[in-house]
Amino acid sequence: MKVGLFIPCYVDALFPEVGMASLKLLRHLGVEVVYPQGQTCCGQPMANGGFEKQATHLARKFEDKFGNFDYVVAPSVSCTAFVRHNYPSLIKDCKVADKALDIVEFLHDVLKVKGPLGRFPHRVSIHNSCHGVRELGLSSPSEQNIPKFNKIRDLLQLVEGIDVVEPERPDECCGFGGLFAMEEKAVSQRMGCDKISRHAATGAEYVTGPDSSCLMQLSASAERLGLDIKCKHVVEILASGL
Amino acid sequence: MSTFHSKSAKSFLKDEKYSSWHDKTFWSVRQKRDAMAEKLDEWEQLREKASRIKLHTLSHLDKYLEEFSGNAEKNGVKVHWAADAAEFNEIVFGILSSHGVKKLVKSKSMLTEECEMNPYLEARGIEVVETDLGERIIQLKGQKPSHIVMPAIHLNHDDVGELFERKGISDQPGNHDPSYLTYMARLSLRGEFLSADAGMTGANFGIAATGDIVVCTNEGNADMSTSLPKLQISAIGLEKIIPDYASLAVFQRMLCRAGTGQPSTTYTSHFRKARCEDGEMHIILVDNGRSDWLADPAHREILKCIRCGSCMNTCPVYRRSGGYSYSYFIPGPIGINLGMLRSARQHSGNLSACTLCRSCETVCPVKIGLAEQIYSWRQSLSGLGTFNRSKKLMSDAMSLVFNHQGLYDAATGAESVMNIVPRDWMPFGLRFPRKPFHKLVKEDDK
Repeated sequence: MKVGLFIPCYVDALFPEVGMASLKLLRHLGVEVVYPQGQTCCGQPMANGGFEKQATHLARKFEDKFGNFDYVVAPSVSCTAFVRHNYPSLIKDCKVADKALDIVEFLHDVLKVKGPLGRFPHRVSIHNSCHGVRELGLSSPSEQNIPKFNKIRDLLQLVEGIDVVEPERPDECCGFGGLFAMEEKAVSQRMGCDKISRHAATGAEYVTGPDSSCLMQLSASAERLGLDIKCKHVVEILASGL
Repeated sequence: MSTFHSKSAKSFLKDEKYSSWHDKTFWSVRQKRDAMAEKLDEWEQLREKASRIKLHTLSHLDKYLEEFSGNAEKNGVKVHWAADAAEFNEIVFGILSSHGVKKLVKSKSMLTEECEMNPYLEARGIEVVETDLGERIIQLKGQKPSHIVMPAIHLNHDDVGELFERKGISDQPGNHDPSYLTYMARLSLRGEFLSADAGMTGANFGIAATGDIVVCTNEGNADMSTSLPKLQISAIGLEKIIPDYASLAVFQRMLCRAGTGQPSTTYTSHFRKARCEDGEMHIILVDNGRSDWLADPAHREILKCIRCGSCMNTCPVYRRSGGYSYSYFIPGPIGINLGMLRSARQHSGNLSACTLCRSCETVCPVKIGLAEQIYSWRQSLSGLGTFNRSKKLMSDAMSLVFNHQGLYDAATGAESVMNIVPRDWMPFGLRFPRKPFHKLVKEDDK
């Protein structure tokens, strides 16, 4: 099984530790993982803002980089969802769309990790990112009447010493939304503050989630409100102490 | 970098207490809806079924419209067809003036809002009285609805109390008790019902197999509007036709659960013929753009909408910006889409009001891809020339950087990343130069 690691642009530039933790975790689990150099962005920010055509080029480039792997794994739900759901309409004969998995899905559904992972003796509140919930199915959407599940929670519970909680309104949007945060700054900031307050109300020391863009929004909101709560990507917690 | 919606939302959010109340009020409706959905094991199957019935009906709409109008005519109803809002208003005025109507009582109809019927009739000397309590309040206040199911939800009991005092509806100044105010509204409306010359309803559904107009209300005001005057007019959009009672049973189980979190509306009224021998019933079937939308494969599924309002209640942006922050009279995810269909040029300033969180699509009882449609409208914006210039510049810059490895390396190196990511996004801790992952991993591999 050959796994290509996709580290989206903003993770590369702003959250390199999330990339390193992904690599560490996958290697720890015995996965043959390769990081192809020369990858940049999947094209989602432009497309969501209304400039899908600018994503086509990047989609082709992505297909070239990752087309020959068995799986393409990324620590980012919204980039993964974009590749999976939008690439088939952007480029012909797209192979990567079906191979693209968020790292939570890969660990939970493909590797079916059951063994002990790292150690993280803290109370942690799960941030269920919209695209993880409603595009990739990482957890049961609160809107739907289907059996309840949460793949992030399943994985976190393999971490020693952890106390996992979820906030009130467990999958309401944090208000980031890429270019939304620029165009609708007032609403975006309000949503971020509301969301981080609900996380803080659980008494958690950390918020964790499958997407660093939501976590960036939440950290900025915590600072704005002066809340003492930190954000860590779920892979950082799973890999902690390994 | 601001749009119609973002500017209005910003001022809405300035009043923190009010905006928090607004968010909580609609969230509680969403929670009531969740509780209802959880009580039906077959909820998700119902959504799928409801969606398919609508798709089926829409793809055979010609057949069902003929069946509906044929059956209505057999029942003795006069059926009219209006191509657009202007023709609709003319038909209504024609019927009313030929009967010498001076006062029209009506139940809630978003279609008559869409056609701006009230001002049209009032300009021609006909008094129009809204009888849904929420609609009556905003009519007296001279406002537009801020929500399609709860049109006056933005007002509190003090606002209503003061309004009723000014309009002479209440007789105890300072008494703003909701039960008292409702009682006084009821008394005042009773007089209107008794003195009206004609009654009008909208329609939640039109049943092709029987020619019934089905109206769901909680106040019984549609029944009052049609049980006293001898002349009844019902206005219905083409897309509201469904095949038969079996399909009605599916929608009837969902509409109110999704919309207000009640198992059913208090009244579900079927109107099939004139109420007495010397009475008349008219049905006006209104197109007003709908057949064009039906011909547009990218957006036709918007016509599945049953106007329950649940997409507004769940929308995190609607809850934090209010109905008046949208330029179209229907707000929220469905309103963004309907506005674009009505006039893309006029209403593209609402497209920013979406994070693509997709809660609306997941709540929608007829499974409309509301966010998907907004995404697709955004793609057509640059063709309209209404796109946001600085957003385009930003997107162009990203495209350039992501397509050229040298530029990308430079942009992700050290301080320069600060130049491509807006400062507001970044928590303080991130505002320091760091080595990007793609360089760290190279060192790691050595």
